[in-house]
Amino acid sequence: MPELIAKSALDGRSLTLGGVTLAEVAIGPITSVAVLPGGAKAVAKGLKALGLTFPAPNTFTERKGARIVWTGRDQAFVLGVDCPTMEGAAITDQSDGWAVLAVSGVAAVDVLVRLVPLDLRLGAFPVGTAVRSGLNHMNAVILRTGDYAFEVMVFRSMARTAWHELETTISMVAARAGVKI
Amino acid sequence: MRLTCPLCGDRDRREFYYYGAEDYLRRPAEGAPLADWDNYLHLRDNPAGVTKDLWYHEAGCSQWLVVTRNTVTHEITGVELVAERTVGQAK
Repeated sequence: MPELIAKSALDGRSLTLGGVTLAEVAIGPITSVAVLPGGAKAVAKGLKALGLTFPAPNTFTERKGARIVWTGRDQAFVLGVDCPTMEGAAITDQSDGWAVLAVSGVAAVDVLVRLVPLDLRLGAFPVGTAVRSGLNHMNAVILRTGDYAFEVMVFRSMARTAWHELETTISMVAARAGVKI
Repeated sequence: MRLTCPLCGDRDRREFYYYGAEDYLRRPAEGAPLADWDNYLHLRDNPAGVTKDLWYHEAGCSQWLVVTRNTVTHEITGVELVAERTVGQAK
């Protein structure tokens, strides 16, 4: 068998402008855990092996490099570790289906509020929040990983569009900061 | 306009897609009289007051929602998940 080389959607691209850094991050394996009816108990047991628990809506938790993100009713993504098959859930590998962009810096929130129809201020959107919402017209999973850090997951086919949206917005926010009124 | 998704919380209108009257949840059984199908597909009430319709949280959790709203006051009085409805659910 030939050795296949996995390539990320944006070749690990990054840019820093006006105190905001945008970078593609390699997040490792992405596995969807879709709980089957009545399977919650078995899934809890399966996740325990990874040190994880099924997250509440709009949250994510991390433990020893493994992250679990709520992505819908009875569905979560396990990131960063190989997820074993488990009873009570449909497990699908989605590693190739997503691009993950990290937006960080003091003005990161000012950039994202221009694209996301949510209150992203720290009080309303604390660290550990993960939502499914829109990045402009794109469906996205948006995680708050730090006081000044977000991660945005988009479908891989939209990676360059997401990059373009974010890059344009970052340059607009940076230009706005430079204007004295 | 905002809807409070039972899972995601308070969200903007642009995240949702409107499908139509809640009547779509009451599909006639196989072999039902033609009149029932006619009613199901074509006949809709047009109330001045409380009505229920189906919305899809397309830029969110991908759940179908039954929204209870008032066509006169525009007040939204209820949003529930179709998946977790116990009343009037088609088996």
